[in-house]
Amino acid sequence: MPKKYAIHTKPTPHRFKAITPSGIIAWEEGCLKCAVCVKKRCVYKVYDQRDLDSRQMVDSIDNQCMNCLRCVQGCPKELIHKSSSPEFKSLGDRHWTPEIIARLWYQAETGKIPVSGAGYPGPFSGEGFDAMWTDMSEIVRPTRDGIHGREYISTGVDLGKTPRHLVFNEKGDLLSRLPEFIDIPVPVLMRIPSFGSISEQTMKGWAMAAKRLGTFLAAPAHLLKKNLDPYRSHLMPTLPAGPVKSRRGLKGFRLVELPWTEDWDERLKSVRKHVPLALVSVHLPMDKSAKQKALALARAGVSIIHLEGSYWGTAVDDESTAMKDILRSVHRTLIEEGIRDEMTLLASGGIAMAEHVAKAMLCGADAVVIDFPILIALECRMCRRCVSGLSCPVEIEKATPVWVASRVYNLFGAFHNQLLEVMGAMGIRDARRLRGEVGRAMFFEEMDKPVFGTLGEVKEGHELE
Amino acid sequence: MNLSNHKVPDVVRTPSRFRNPIGKYRLSRSKECTACGKCVESCLYGVHEMKRGRVLTRNAYRCVGPDCTTPCTKECPTKALSLRRNPTFDTMGDYRWTPDLLASTWHMAETGLVPPGGLEYRTGASGGGFDKLRLVLPLPGKAPAVEDGDVDMGVDLNRRNDHAHRVRIEVPFYGGGMSYGSVSITTMLSRIKAAATLGTLCCTGEGGYPDELKPYDDHVITQVATGLFGVREETIKRVKIVEFKYAQGAKPGLGGHLLGDKVTPGVARMREAVVGFPLFSPFPFHSVYSVEDHKKHVDWIKAINPQALVSVKVSTPTDVDMVAVGSYYAGAHIIHLDGSYGGTGAAPDIAKKNIAMPIEYALPKVHRFLIQEGVRERITVIASGGIRTPHDVAKIIALGADGVCTGTADLVALECIRCHNCESGRGCARGIATTDAELMNLIDLEWGTQRIINLFLAWRKELVRILKRLGMKSIRELVGRTDCLVHLDYMKKAS
Repeated sequence: MPKKYAIHTKPTPHRFKAITPSGIIAWEEGCLKCAVCVKKRCVYKVYDQRDLDSRQMVDSIDNQCMNCLRCVQGCPKELIHKSSSPEFKSLGDRHWTPEIIARLWYQAETGKIPVSGAGYPGPFSGEGFDAMWTDMSEIVRPTRDGIHGREYISTGVDLGKTPRHLVFNEKGDLLSRLPEFIDIPVPVLMRIPSFGSISEQTMKGWAMAAKRLGTFLAAPAHLLKKNLDPYRSHLMPTLPAGPVKSRRGLKGFRLVELPWTEDWDERLKSVRKHVPLALVSVHLPMDKSAKQKALALARAGVSIIHLEGSYWGTAVDDESTAMKDILRSVHRTLIEEGIRDEMTLLASGGIAMAEHVAKAMLCGADAVVIDFPILIALECRMCRRCVSGLSCPVEIEKATPVWVASRVYNLFGAFHNQLLEVMGAMGIRDARRLRGEVGRAMFFEEMDKPVFGTLGEVKEGHELE
Repeated sequence: MNLSNHKVPDVVRTPSRFRNPIGKYRLSRSKECTACGKCVESCLYGVHEMKRGRVLTRNAYRCVGPDCTTPCTKECPTKALSLRRNPTFDTMGDYRWTPDLLASTWHMAETGLVPPGGLEYRTGASGGGFDKLRLVLPLPGKAPAVEDGDVDMGVDLNRRNDHAHRVRIEVPFYGGGMSYGSVSITTMLSRIKAAATLGTLCCTGEGGYPDELKPYDDHVITQVATGLFGVREETIKRVKIVEFKYAQGAKPGLGGHLLGDKVTPGVARMREAVVGFPLFSPFPFHSVYSVEDHKKHVDWIKAINPQALVSVKVSTPTDVDMVAVGSYYAGAHIIHLDGSYGGTGAAPDIAKKNIAMPIEYALPKVHRFLIQEGVRERITVIASGGIRTPHDVAKIIALGADGVCTGTADLVALECIRCHNCESGRGCARGIATTDAELMNLIDLEWGTQRIINLFLAWRKELVRILKRLGMKSIRELVGRTDCLVHLDYMKKAS
């Protein structure tokens, strides 16, 4: 077997104190000065390690408290309380929730997958990807020695076109063109988020991470400055509208992206002339016309189509249509046309958690492109102060490229391991086989009504409890 | 008529083991207080106490807040009392176990009664499944009258009527597997002693069968899981029920993992492992790839202990109905479906949230399929994974289960606050899920046993009340009665 892909994560601490869901309120007034104070008996030694961060005016205690409430329940004068933090609740928005942001911070800091005890605490189901579950198999397993064993689960996927067959001449020489694809070891690409306090250093850090991970960072061509030249093999420039002029400007890129325009075929021709060896991805907004446009592009031989959903993980023109439904319908259409295997479908917009990667793939994507997670990995609080030109509370622009790369690398490490968890449970050993495998997915709308739809009758003379 | 000669145990009031129990409300008393004692007189819940001429707010956690019919805040002539929500209360819990459910479970474990008010003790806030289902009950007095003593809560577990033991549980629930190592020996013993007193069972989980459990052999289910930790011929022979764990709801398809820190000398001895090294239970059984292989497993057990009942614990994939039928034909007496909301040990969040279907979907699917196959009457169906309240028990039975397994509820009775840190450092800081010698001592065995007994007596009482409202004399009558349920999303508007 080829060498096993491993992401060697390394703890990379926050530069600022993170915002926590709740804080400790401890009054001094009325304290009895007990010989053995509950604060001294803290199991986690939180009070002993207490200090005040003078720069941020944050008490470190809230970051260390593990919410066992023993001090709250033990103080004889009831002077200690916990209180939910309004600052935490106001992080992000309805899609990038405080919980998602905090989990991304954790993954970027530790490189570990989020693990917790005592069962699943969340809602029954929800919008978009929350309305689906992945399946498992009771007895089939993907490998002989566990998900981290020597016989490993591959998360690699191909970008580009896989030929249906190879053609040889009588002498046995290959006649057909070599497969035009690039394989990446994780089905996740990155792109620059639409806002953020991003500097050249940040860009460099992201590019370093992309190269180290073996994946790609997509960015508008004008942002790919000279300092990023060593990383060109792992960058994907998005070319601006208008004719493609320079050949030298595109040297070294293996992948370039064109936004959808009416004259896309003209532009495609000129890109192919200038950089014949690069693969081209065409970038389509995920809207009502996406299916027809994708079909037209695929028929014309475009090998990578990047469907870009909204910030909320929905269609760009209709927030009530979830990305999962569009992906399923585009994927299905391409299969019915018989051309699904000749192209790659990328999905982006609102991908926030590792589970979204697996779920988007089950719905039909070959790989996904993430944006805000690589910013949140850098401690971003999604406060949008930068959008109105104000300073970034966590000074993302000042972070060193090495720190940026390490945080993003950790995030990918955690995502990769989480993919292994769900794939292992599904009995799937190759990420290429996740694509469109809805037989390994369960959807709320296909399950809830058949089970509960008939439970609607309340006879007269009855009441509910 | 209740045929069993089992005596229902008594409730013994067992308050919190912490100095300050956490309640939903806080009452502050200002300096205006003249110690007139009006509040002590008016309070129905014993919140205030008169002591040596001073009035103290001793048990604020018992306050029912705005639900109070004789509020002390109004009775007080000097307006010295003020009521507000306890901020700590709202930092606890989650969508499934809301702070209200935690506090009401504590109330039940203390008093053996459902809370008198102020707390929603029936449903959580997960926004689907159990929390959107409601029982449909005839208006009071409309159903045929049934006496309390005539309601039979018992469930016979051997429905194959073969030569194996005729095991009957006196309440429609028993304790799910929690291994020695994942929880302390005190927690384990509390659960098992409570189960014995209540006339039901408790499973050892995978991690061996400590000798301390011997006096309760008839109430123990021993587990054979993929790691085969602590499984010996003698332990199989000792019990009436052996449970095969194929998968668990919290991390279906992923096996188990006991962190090195929790492998103390005692745990290591029991599991025949090395101190301080993590232990993995692989997934799946490496000797089972078909129903035929599974039958071979069942036959092993029957060869060692011919009278043992065999329970098969699986999680809830799409084809769970086929798995259930396969288990029946392999010779199982009990099919135990573990849905995705339970679990007491540490599990990856991505697994807990996403893998396999909720128990509310899986159970009806299995129930229907077993009926179609004509074998429903010959196998006992047990549901677990997210059963938090007596109402959850009633709902899942109405969806087709014969009974349920509990796990988290037992721990909440022991004052688990669901901080989700079972696995970190020395383990549970509240002494429940830990093997740390010092932390373990936070729980007294007698206290723990009585708390669990009280909780389940409250459940039993509530289930009796529900059955009486339905005019039913036995919990058996409720099985599969989906007409007693309504789902709020599909409820037809009353014309």
